[in-house]
Amino acid sequence: MQATRDFSHYVKHLGSGLAHIDLAVEGVSCAGCISKIERGLSAIPDVTLARVNLTDRRVALEWKEGALDPARFIDRLAELGYKAYPFEAVTAEAVEAENSRFLLRCLGVAAFATMNVMMLSIPVWSGNVSDMLPEQRDFFHWISALIALPAAAYAGQPFFRSAFNALRTGNVNMDVPISIGVILTLATSIVETIGHAEHAYFDAPIMLLTFLLVGRYLDQNMRRRTRAVAGNLAALKAETATKFVGPDEISVVPAAAVMAGDIVLLRPGERSAIDGTVIDGRSEIDQSLITGETLHAAVEPGSEVYAGSLNISGSLRIRVSAASEGTLLAEIQRLLDHAVQVRSRYVQLADRASRLYAPVVHVTAFLTMIGWLIAGASFHDSIITAITVLIITCPCALGLAIPTVQTVASGAMFRAGVLLNSGDAIERVVAVDRIIFDKTGTLTLPEFDVVNSAAVPADVVELAGRLALASHHPVAAALARAAGAKSPLPGITEQPGQGVRGILKGEEVRLGSPTFCKADGLANEILSRDPEASVVAFARGEKRYVFAVCQSMRPDARAVIAALQKRGVAVEIISGDREPAVRAAAEMLQIPEWRAGVTPADKIARIEELKRQGFKVMMVGDGLNDAPSLAAAHVSMSPISAAHLSQATADLVFLGNRLAPVIASLDHSRKALHLMRQNLYLAVGYNFLAVPIAILGFVTPPIAAAAMSGSSILVMLNALRGRHVPQETL
Amino acid sequence: MEVIVFLVPLALLLGLFGLLGFLWSLKNGQYDDLDGAAWRAISDDDGTPARPVELRSESRP
Repeated sequence: MQATRDFSHYVKHLGSGLAHIDLAVEGVSCAGCISKIERGLSAIPDVTLARVNLTDRRVALEWKEGALDPARFIDRLAELGYKAYPFEAVTAEAVEAENSRFLLRCLGVAAFATMNVMMLSIPVWSGNVSDMLPEQRDFFHWISALIALPAAAYAGQPFFRSAFNALRTGNVNMDVPISIGVILTLATSIVETIGHAEHAYFDAPIMLLTFLLVGRYLDQNMRRRTRAVAGNLAALKAETATKFVGPDEISVVPAAAVMAGDIVLLRPGERSAIDGTVIDGRSEIDQSLITGETLHAAVEPGSEVYAGSLNISGSLRIRVSAASEGTLLAEIQRLLDHAVQVRSRYVQLADRASRLYAPVVHVTAFLTMIGWLIAGASFHDSIITAITVLIITCPCALGLAIPTVQTVASGAMFRAGVLLNSGDAIERVVAVDRIIFDKTGTLTLPEFDVVNSAAVPADVVELAGRLALASHHPVAAALARAAGAKSPLPGITEQPGQGVRGILKGEEVRLGSPTFCKADGLANEILSRDPEASVVAFARGEKRYVFAVCQSMRPDARAVIAALQKRGVAVEIISGDREPAVRAAAEMLQIPEWRAGVTPADKIARIEELKRQGFKVMMVGDGLNDAPSLAAAHVSMSPISAAHLSQATADLVFLGNRLAPVIASLDHSRKALHLMRQNLYLAVGYNFLAVPIAILGFVTPPIAAAAMSGSSILVMLNALRGRHVPQETL
Repeated sequence: MEVIVFLVPLALLLGLFGLLGFLWSLKNGQYDDLDGAAWRAISDDDGTPARPVELRSESRP
């Protein structure tokens, strides 16, 4: 039964007879890849566009509708050496991309206006001390107004909107003092220009907007990039299902295209993408991603199978169920919703700073005006002085202080193998003093590995690996991978539920269960030493070998745990797995605190208990059963191999087989928060120096402009120090 | 000095062309793939793959 691949779900019809598809491609990294892929795909007749986006690691393809099957592009890319997956952009990502483009447009307008207003301001400043005619000055002021007003109205939109939304809900954010400052300054400048005054401040507010937009754009771009990576991951996980389109005809379709009531085929070694009920076939399934339990569960017609289960031995026909209320997934979703609500009460550093900042600034400006009135100054002069206080305190450096550090730090963490899922993750990671690890798939590698290949002759390992290629069983797949086997042996037959057998040079070779290979003695010996292992036996003639296969620890797990403990972070294991397995892992990693057989609800209970004791808990987990506790913890992290829901919930996602990114995220975040604080002090300290000058009425437009750009550049340069964090080798 | 009445608007007009150019390039998607743009600048896109350097091996020993 050969399955056809149906990608029509992903194809967009552009009209005018063209079809479009986006593919996420793995392993694109350089100029060579770009031209190789683009030439390779353009060579297919009827392809009208093939364009690689290196930033997002995607290929956009357009072709004459009906002329080609999209599956052909994926095959062609495979021939070129790239793994590709059809990709569907999520709405959130499109919104982020549009925001990012809007901010860049605002930035372009603001930067243009700043440069041109500056071109007009500098002659006025120098003219004021030499011999500029008042008419010329007025002319320059009016042209400045002509540029600055529309530019501020356009480029200020992100700030005005956000300030308006905050005020409407009775809050204050950083955008409120920014908006008030910009509007008041421009209004005053117009009044001053009408009155033929010597000073007008058209340059300061538009320059302020430019600097702030740089910060906003950097911040937005970081978020867009993370989203793009997350989107690709979703595509790489290839949530497909093999659906019956006829009694004996199957087709591989995206999981999104499967409806309730459809019947899907789940072959050994495949992970289910849907929830459903078994209607035909018997097998064992591995539900470790869902429950954390590593013992396989037996399923037969009538059994429930959840998305994320791995099928081990036999083929299953499953009827897809939509009504999943009351199931495990629904329960997990409910816990998750609750936990997410609780956490959103966290207030970010930037918002806390602005809540303090805004009232202080406005009160100071007001007091300045009153003070000058009492001192006998005219009403006009008092107001002008009060507004210069607002201009000089406008939180330019403050607005850049945090986004610049976040951008630099997230770039550094990206290189260390950590992706940021949420904007405030850095701030929350810093407070962590206790880390809870899940065992299966988090401390251990997500895939099976042969642990005793050194005890078996190399030629036997190689032969067994080639034999293993004939089987779909995950344990056999692990053996084939470990042996690096590429070419399957000819004439191998599979005995369902038993193993595979064949004839090699007149001798019979078998690979499968110990009973099938008559190697029970050897197998029991291994199992008594390591009860966690799965065994697969190999027989050639009279010779017998047994391979022990298990999920081994991540290579640097021991070193990472020790390094965490050295940093004063307490570590514990909470797992849904059986006690002996968890105990063995805890002993090996020297973790004194561990809990086994824990349900999702109990995991949350434990986290809540620790929270009440005042601990800031980081949860590191990958299973579906971890998703609610990931959301309940102060901050959470998932490996890239994690279940979808968990990955979406986690604040940070780490790549690769090593656990070192956990340490890296901690170190980088600590450094980043240090720099954020430093930047806030720099920005506030600058205000402390500048405000008295402004209150005394000595601030002229050139001083305001110089002070603003000086402090912004200082803060940006300081943020760049976040690029380098000393990393210990583990 | 009356000439500045023309020169300043002229300068602004030139600046405005720059801004329009930027907005056009943004709309045209030229900022969507900054990493790729950096690499494309140095790749040979004359359509034919670079000829392998085997000319020297023709001088037989």
